[in-house]
Amino acid sequence: MIHIDRSMVGLAAATLILAAMGGFVPDWLAFILTLALAKALVVQGVVLQMRAGLVSFGQGLFFCVGGYAVGMGGQFFGIHDAPLLLVVGALAAVALAAVLGLLMTRYRDIFFAMLSLALSMILFGVLVKSSDLGSTDGFNVHPATFFGHSFSNESYKSVLYLLTVFLAGGGALILHMVHHSGLGRIWEAIRENEIRVEYLGLSPRWLLYANYLLAAAFAALGGGLTALATGHIDPEMAFWTTSGEFVFIALLGGTAHVAAPFIAAILFAFVRTYAIEFTPHTWQMILGFVLLGIIVFLPKGLWSLVQSKRRAKA
Amino acid sequence: MKNIVQKSLAVMAAAGTLAAMPVHAAENGKFRVGVVTFLSGAAAGPFGVPSINGAKVLVDALNEGKVPAPYNVKGINGLEIEAVVIDENGGATKQVEEFRNLAERHKVDAVVGYISSGDCLAISPVAEELGVPTVFFDCGTSRLFEENNKPRYVFRTGLDAAIDNIGAARYLIDTGHKVDSIAGIQQNYSWGQDSWGDFTAAMKQLKPGVKIATEQFPKIFQGQYGAEISALAISNPDVIHSSFWGGDMEALVLQGNARGLLDKRTTILTCGESALDRFKGQATNGLIVGARGPFGAFAPKNTLSDWFHAAYVAKNEMEPTYPAYKMVQAILGLKAAAEKAAAGKPGTVPNKDALVGAFKGLTFESVSGTVNMSRANGHQALQGIAYGEYHFDKKTKKASLQNVKAYAGECVTPPDGTTATEWIKAGFPGAKCGG
Repeated sequence: MIHIDRSMVGLAAATLILAAMGGFVPDWLAFILTLALAKALVVQGVVLQMRAGLVSFGQGLFFCVGGYAVGMGGQFFGIHDAPLLLVVGALAAVALAAVLGLLMTRYRDIFFAMLSLALSMILFGVLVKSSDLGSTDGFNVHPATFFGHSFSNESYKSVLYLLTVFLAGGGALILHMVHHSGLGRIWEAIRENEIRVEYLGLSPRWLLYANYLLAAAFAALGGGLTALATGHIDPEMAFWTTSGEFVFIALLGGTAHVAAPFIAAILFAFVRTYAIEFTPHTWQMILGFVLLGIIVFLPKGLWSLVQSKRRAKA
Repeated sequence: MKNIVQKSLAVMAAAGTLAAMPVHAAENGKFRVGVVTFLSGAAAGPFGVPSINGAKVLVDALNEGKVPAPYNVKGINGLEIEAVVIDENGGATKQVEEFRNLAERHKVDAVVGYISSGDCLAISPVAEELGVPTVFFDCGTSRLFEENNKPRYVFRTGLDAAIDNIGAARYLIDTGHKVDSIAGIQQNYSWGQDSWGDFTAAMKQLKPGVKIATEQFPKIFQGQYGAEISALAISNPDVIHSSFWGGDMEALVLQGNARGLLDKRTTILTCGESALDRFKGQATNGLIVGARGPFGAFAPKNTLSDWFHAAYVAKNEMEPTYPAYKMVQAILGLKAAAEKAAAGKPGTVPNKDALVGAFKGLTFESVSGTVNMSRANGHQALQGIAYGEYHFDKKTKKASLQNVKAYAGECVTPPDGTTATEWIKAGFPGAKCGG
């Protein structure tokens, strides 16, 4: 019997509200939300690893695999159905993670971070050398169908927005349950004291392996949605600055709740787009100050605002 | 439970207000143009900043009605131009997001911009989808109109990069340089790979039996080329070709010159003009430079180019380089098209379909001479290209170009329906090169 708690109801409600908003917000806003939610899915994977004590500076690897699976599936393999492409992308990422995880789970801390970064940069390097895939220019992703239905331009974006919202909502519910399951608790325990977990008779390595695979699947899902939304993919997806952005958003939101990455990703998207608009020459500085402010005043991320309020009430 | 729902609502509401805030009415009596170019990152210095400076000089002058004929009508069609400036840095995904913002939040009447080929490829389908007249001013990828083969809203007033390299090959042959063996040093990304591919293919056509001594592909922004310079020197080619740009190009010239790499042989830099005034004698005399078209120091002398040169120097205290000319060309093309579309109705914004209809196949005057939008179904400018030798006068401390040779557009541009690669391989069928 699944225990339904307040957060789950809240998440379901937020999903429905976001889905309903799709009907009346302007297209550009729906597009920003689509990209932000897709990005938040990747960040969920980063947070999943952070909760187990691992910081990945290479989640762009699986983000890119997901994106290229969607692009190449349509371009070279004749797969044109969006949900199928997303599944293919996630499977490709999990398959890759299953191999890389064997190596990665042997490392912790900065070694894990650097190795994950190195692996994503290898993919970047390979893609840059592949002129058939457009090298650094990448290539365009053709509009896909949804369960066999094709849509005109206008409704295509709306359908994609809805798909993203429901995948994000569904993903959040699953992750919320995972975080509160025995497995989720054990991951936190590994972060706190890995040796003790081993003494309990569990294998931290294989537990982290599962964590790594799950994070890869979420990253690929986010990458696939991003590719479908922007209609273009390039090796930049695997570049370390992309991975750094995921860590940035994870820190912005905090790791305490599954809702945090979504809020952080949406906030990040708005801060960035308005910083670019109002200070086109110094928008990076604005982003930098925001992160600095968060680290100084909210070391546990935006979600600590919600938590401190709750504590004050209690 | 209730307060979580409340909270999510509050977040949504906050996002909503933020979003609703800057939606301007599009009809504020101005002609609104999105201007996108690199304002940060490595491409800002050599390309982005000169281009935005050029845009500012031109837009200010247009709004004051100070540009010489045929552009002496104020702004665009009598309307003041309002530029929304966006930084191109940050990758194609972000650019697609910002392009949608320009189109739907700022409700721009047109967009001018984009240096990166990846950005152009990503923006092109979005521009078609949203129906925003979009003028690419600099990106050089041959794939633009190969992928978007029925363009309607997308135009390019800059030239295809294949032209740079076909022109470079022709220049080397026609000026009688020794070209038995060639070597290349290119940045390892699309631009460098494509440039080298086009150049070697063109050389093989024009000089059968040419040997490739070595090809070096250091990574972009590497900055130190010690190993590559050694490899080039050991292979001892007659000609070194490089599509390096910006800081990389200047670093190669400085480091290569210090080691005597450039002394004994011919070196051709397809983007060399942007550093013409920055070499300050540290480049070898006789270095062949190009400007990706009749821009910058290669611009013909006419009323418009004289005016622009003087206005740019007065405002920025330095010489305008080719990105400035290319940006100005794109805005002038847009103005010419908008005014043609709104013929007889000054003070109105022509509708977008009329504007792209007028732009298609348009012939307009520019700082680079007359531009014909005669390729890719009237969406791609056809212009010539020029190369020349760098010469630095130690007495006057001024750099100048010598032995300049220009090629007409028909001589170096593939006809419609043929890709550059196919055209070169077939031996340039139909090329009209004059004498």
